[in-house]
This record gives sequence, C-alpha cells and structure tokens, in this order.
Amino acid sequence: MSIQKTMTINMGPQHPSTHGVLRVVVELDGETVVKARPVVGYLHTGIEKTMESKLYYKALPCTDRMDYLAPMSNNLGFCLAVEKLMDIEVPEKVKWARVCLAELTRVNSHLVWLGTHALDLGAMSMLLYAFRERELIIDIYEACGGQRMMTSYIRVGGLAHELPKDFEKKVRKMIKVIRERLNDYETLLTNNEIFIQRTRGVALLSAEDAINLSLSGPLLRGSGVARDLRKDNPYSGYENFDFDVAVSNSCDAYGRYLLRIEEIRQSLRICEQAIDGMPEGPYRAHVPGVVLPPKEDIMYKMESMIFHFKIITEGFKAPTGSVYQAIESPKGELGFFITGDGTTQPRRVRVRPPSFINLAALPKMCEGGLFSDVVCAIGSIDIVWEKLTDDVV
Amino acid sequence: MKEVIKAIGNVFISMPKGLFVTFKHLFIKPVTLDYPKQKNPMSPRYRGKHYLERYDDGTERCVCCGLCAAACPADAIYMEPDETEKGERCAKVYEINLLRCIFCGFCEEACPEEAIFLGQEYEFSAGDRDSFIWTKEEMLVQHPRKDNPLKRVIRRVRKVYGVTDKVK
Repeated sequence: MSIQKTMTINMGPQHPSTHGVLRVVVELDGETVVKARPVVGYLHTGIEKTMESKLYYKALPCTDRMDYLAPMSNNLGFCLAVEKLMDIEVPEKVKWARVCLAELTRVNSHLVWLGTHALDLGAMSMLLYAFRERELIIDIYEACGGQRMMTSYIRVGGLAHELPKDFEKKVRKMIKVIRERLNDYETLLTNNEIFIQRTRGVALLSAEDAINLSLSGPLLRGSGVARDLRKDNPYSGYENFDFDVAVSNSCDAYGRYLLRIEEIRQSLRICEQAIDGMPEGPYRAHVPGVVLPPKEDIMYKMESMIFHFKIITEGFKAPTGSVYQAIESPKGELGFFITGDGTTQPRRVRVRPPSFINLAALPKMCEGGLFSDVVCAIGSIDIVWEKLTDDVV
Repeated sequence: MKEVIKAIGNVFISMPKGLFVTFKHLFIKPVTLDYPKQKNPMSPRYRGKHYLERYDDGTERCVCCGLCAAACPADAIYMEPDETEKGERCAKVYEINLLRCIFCGFCEEACPEEAIFLGQEYEFSAGDRDSFIWTKEEMLVQHPRKDNPLKRVIRRVRKVYGVTDKVK
C-alpha cells in the first residue's frame, strides 16, 4: 500500500470566513495548497425560475434578494433590461438619481467587504468602523424606499416614490463623513505590517488568467485590466460623470484592497456630482399602461384609475424579443438577459452573476500558496451567496 | 535588507498611528443604542407591520377589491368579500400571512382606497406559526383614534403620497 503524500481537507460549508456556505475541498502537501476545488450549490434559491413565473413588476423584489449588499444595483440592472425590452425612455432626473443610488450601493458593498475582509485577516475594529459608516447609507435607503436592505426602490420606468426631501442633505453628510473616515481606515490598514504580510503577494492572479476566466469588476481591474462598464459601455447616463477607473497592477490581494478603497473615493465623487447636478422633473416616466400613474391621480382621474387596475392585475405586455443589459455592480459585471414572448411574464430570465463567475478564479489564486491564504483569496473575491448559487441548477 | 528595514519602520511608525485611531474612539460618543430601552425612530416610509385604515366616521376603508392580493408578489394576502347592512362592499375575511410576506409595500401602492398601509412597527416575533397570520381585527386601527399611537404616522405616510381625505 502506497503512502498518500497529500492530505485532503474540507473547508466549509460551515466556516465563518467563507462568507456563507462555500465548501472548498483543499488538497494539502504540508501547509502548501496543491489543489483547491470550490463546491457550490449549498444555497440554491432558484431566483431566475421564480422571476419567470411572475409578472414583470412583481419580479423586481426578487432582484433585491440576489445580492443583499447591493440591492439598488440589482434593481437598476433589471429595470434597465426591461426598459430596453419595452423601449421606455426615463426622465433625466431618474437617471441621475439612479446613478447616485447605484454608487451608494457600491460604497455600501465595498464597506462591508472591507470590514469582513479585514476581520478574516484579524483586524477586528475595522469591521465595527465599516459597519458604522454603512449605517449612514442604510439610513438613506430607508428614507428613500422604506426598507433598509430589500429596498425595491428603482422600478421599471422610474422610481417608486419621489426622492425624500432631506435626500441631498443626508447624502452630503454621508459623503463628508465617509471621506474623513476613509483616511482612518487607511491609517489602520494600508501601512499595517500584519495586514501587508497577509495580503501582499498573496492570491496572485495574472491579467491573462483573469481575462481567460472571464472575470469582471475589482478582481479584473486588480490584475491591471482597466475594464469598467461605466466607462466602456455607459448606461443610465454615466457618460455625464467625471470619474477615474481605479486599476491596480500588483495582481495580489493588497492591490485589490487599495483598488476598492480608491473605488469608494470615486463613487463618492460621482455621488457628489449627481447631487450637484440633479435636474428637476418627474420621478417616473409617463407611459400609460406600463408605468403606474401617480397615486393622487387615481383618486380623481378615470383613465389613471383604469390603468392602475390593469397594470396591477394583469401587468404589462412586453414585446417578443431578447435583450441583454449589463451593469457594473460592486462585484463585477451583472447582466440580465430577458426574453419576452408578448405576454405579461418573461419567458426566460437569465442573470450573469458576477460572484459565481469570479469564484472560478479561486483555484488559480490558491494553488501553490499557503493554506491560511485561502481565506484571504476568498475574501478578496468578494462573493455574495444569494446571487452565486442561483446559477447552479 | 531594504525591505526588512522598511518593515521594521512600518511596525514602529505605522502601527502606533493605527493604534491611535482605535484609541481615539474611546472618547467618541458611541453610535450603538441600548436597544430595548432606546429605539431608533424609523423613517416615515418605513415598511413595517400592516394596518388597515378607517374613515373618520369609523367605517372601514377596505372594500375587498383584491388589488393588494393581486399585487402581492408573495401571495400572502387572502380575502373574502361581504356586504354591510347598508349594502356596501366590505371584507369578511382579510388575512396576511407574515411568514410569506416580504414587506415590499406593493399592497400599499396598489390600494385604490388608501386602506392598507405598512406601519412603523417591526417587533412582531411570536412563538407559534398561527400567530403569524394577521386577521382583519388585528390590523384595523382602533376607531376613536384619539389614543392611537399610529395617528401621527398615518398622517406622515399620507404625506408621502400627497393625498388627503378632502376631495379637490
């Protein structure tokens, strides 16, 4: 009988640093990882199928639940896809408000990532600070949509309600506070020798591998490929905003950390521009039969009342055809592929989940490294599970 | 060698800087609340526990049209219609299953009678599944609304939609 030289260890599915229920089967030679194989499928939500069985407007709350850290980005992606299918033009104010809200989610998602990633690597207070600042953004969500995480605020054809009166004040305060506190975070982590030792040169991923694995988002930009859908393929009026695409050439976890910090700064810049230049106008497009009329109208106007009843009971009919709309979500390229067949329900909804595709890089990042660096690699991918296992059927 | 010196420099210069940031927080007012005693006020649009509105004379606003049940993405609302003595439509049974409800607020938006609202209450845990089915009686606001703590909130929620009882 031959002696086995390597040892196989199961990491997860119930492991605090796997951010959910990821199971990684790791083959170890001493402390070096020879092979790492992520096993997904422990959390199947079937969101795509659920969305196919619902009317277009009722499928929207499902998108919130795909990525609980970035609800507004998901709403935006779905709404843009349906609007593309239905050929709806939204008012200018809606575009600006959507950009502002989408950038808020980016800050929110990156702050949670920063806190949990630092916690994985042993920096406890970072988590507390990041969640404290996140509270400011969550409060803005609550004032807008009424819920702290599952907002469903961005709707097909506009927004659910008018922006709250103190929106501008709250966003300005948030921008000021987070800008200030980002310096604190950098003092805590950027030059911290322990953090540097844990992240620099760890979880390496070359640009070639990143492109071959069709990665997107901070993981791709962390390997030196400056691809950002907000610049390359602008949607929702991103071409009006002045911002830089953060790129890191170091290809390691430390570079990705610096990149995400820079992305938060750029997002705050975009938020500020959006607040400064927010045009006046309606918060919903006027498309009778597709977009709900304003609530006050249905009390006094017959047509509005009829459309209100018709939209809610029957939904709106989308034309036959397929659209693909991708947006730059905090985790990467989030794409919605929707096929309409002339009825009120989508025939097929396919989501390109960035977390799932980015997870494919895990073996490349881990193999040849130390076992303790697997945690760092998982953290730097920034996965969210709801969206991830949706893909595994 | 250069890197080692840099690392040592980092340890002696940057780490105390980081520690100072943490130390600074000893003197900052805490952001946490002493929860059961202190509570954060929710925003006017907050979507909490549902309640059913009445007209000022006490009759129920709900006419059991079924739009909220049609709008509900989770199919959480069940209702059966009935008629009052005056011959007006009203709801005989109106139930919301909290275990299905996702608090999206679509029922509130759909309601053409301004009858159902999502209130500010968020503490409704219970020990058994049956108590998660809210009936009409549990959700209707008290009639003389004098001592109803929700009153202030109702006005604010109405303001969100810009609707009052007055006919233009």
